[in-house]
Amino acid sequence: MCGIVGLLLKKPGLRDQLGALMVPMLIGMTERGPDSAGLAVYTEPVPEGEHKLSLYSGAHAVDWPGLLAALKEELTHAQSIAINGNHAVLTTRAEPLKVSAWLAANAPEVAVLSVGHSIDLYKDVGAPAEIARRYHFESLSGTHLVGHTRMATESAVTPAHAHPFTAGRDFCLVHNGSLSNPHLVRKRLEPLGIEFETDNDTEAACRFFEWRLREGDDLETAVEHGFSELDGFYTFLMGTERALLIVRDAFACKPAVIAESDDYVAIASEFRSLAHLPQIAHASLIEPKPEEIYSWHI
Amino acid sequence: MAHLKPVAALREFDLERDSLRSLNLYLHRQALDEGIEQVRVLNPNGAHSIACGLDAPLAVEIHGHVGYYVAGMNKHAAVTVHGNAGPGAAENMMSGRVHVRGFASTAAGASARGGLLIVDGDASLRCGISLKGGDIVVGGSVGSFSAFMAQAGRIVICGEAGDALGDSLYEAVIYVRGPVRSLGADARFEPMSDADRAALKGLLGAAGLAHDPGEFRRVASAKSLYHWNADANQEY
Repeated sequence: MCGIVGLLLKKPGLRDQLGALMVPMLIGMTERGPDSAGLAVYTEPVPEGEHKLSLYSGAHAVDWPGLLAALKEELTHAQSIAINGNHAVLTTRAEPLKVSAWLAANAPEVAVLSVGHSIDLYKDVGAPAEIARRYHFESLSGTHLVGHTRMATESAVTPAHAHPFTAGRDFCLVHNGSLSNPHLVRKRLEPLGIEFETDNDTEAACRFFEWRLREGDDLETAVEHGFSELDGFYTFLMGTERALLIVRDAFACKPAVIAESDDYVAIASEFRSLAHLPQIAHASLIEPKPEEIYSWHI
Repeated sequence: MAHLKPVAALREFDLERDSLRSLNLYLHRQALDEGIEQVRVLNPNGAHSIACGLDAPLAVEIHGHVGYYVAGMNKHAAVTVHGNAGPGAAENMMSGRVHVRGFASTAAGASARGGLLIVDGDASLRCGISLKGGDIVVGGSVGSFSAFMAQAGRIVICGEAGDALGDSLYEAVIYVRGPVRSLGADARFEPMSDADRAALKGLLGAAGLAHDPGEFRRVASAKSLYHWNADANQEY
């Protein structure tokens, strides 16, 4: 069992409230996912030529300013870092692959959680309320977000196994359910040069969809390919720089509710995570149908 | 002191303030002791297991959306949800009446042995799965695999049905008004008899619906799975 939450704000004036609106949603899913939690927040994109990398150091004490200084010495491009406990968002004009390679060689205790123009990623083990407090989720702002609370059923409880999973640039996915053929998917993708970081089934789905996007599919077409390639139970919620998308498998065993108002699209595994949103009594509520794709673009 | 018992006394619970446990304990024990017959529940906010396991002729009105298993195992009580219900509404109901004014998620009325479940909106997948004698009336449509292995009871679908309606049916009967995407194994359309029309009229009336019974089709078991057929090679 796991909990998913998603929120997309339709009015730019509300974007400063993204985190504050979301925190009760995430905490509302604690019973569905008490062991880990995570969040991908899509902010205003960085200027052309820049990228953001979300970094994570776990239990290691990392001297983030020192790391930035060393990185600047090696890669002379302009860079800055926003520190949030053992997470940090590095903004850089250097090629992200070069930054990742430098980190792997010089700071192997630092994991790269996401790369893109607008995605910031936080995930860790612990209760959702504790993680929300630890990383000051209530102060986050942005256009949309994808969140998850995890109750592990098929792989270990570690920060790396927590959701969201990311692949490529600005793409993330969270999952409630379990896939029965992740190893087949992986065997198909690895010969194409696609590398995996964990043994988690959700990572296989994430890398499959991101591969389809790179092959030229739009998000909806990529998801349609998933209907024939991914076997198992799922409610998937995914984000890109411009979109939020939810889809459930044909058997729809994993719940979801969508609330839409003039101000927002809010998604959660259960209504109890939506109950405290402003104007929820006037939002339209639907349960997404199996194998139907629901997406919103900003 | 029985003559002092208030007529239709009402007690209110606000789940923003009162705990779910205190509500259910009240419905199980104190309501009867206090002579309360009507209970109103405010701000359910999607909580699970509201008004589960009732065993008395109480009228419970829930104003808002509820989570999993509302009115599960209901006996004698009349529970109304003025909102939507999560998975497993009225599952294993024994008797009484459960009315969901909005839509119901998966497995509404699952394995109910008696009573009447009314869903004004749509019911999701697996509505009435393993029904054992209860009645279900859905004002809207039902999702796939509804009435799967339903053993007894009746399901009325005023809208459409998804795939595999009535798969592996036993003695339960389905009345469906709209298109059926597909029937499940061993389910078949059968002619409506006068008895069917009379039964359907009664069920629609109980749900406050005015549809013409003549617009419905009957789905029941062909009973070809009742006996093992070695020649079928597991193909049904």
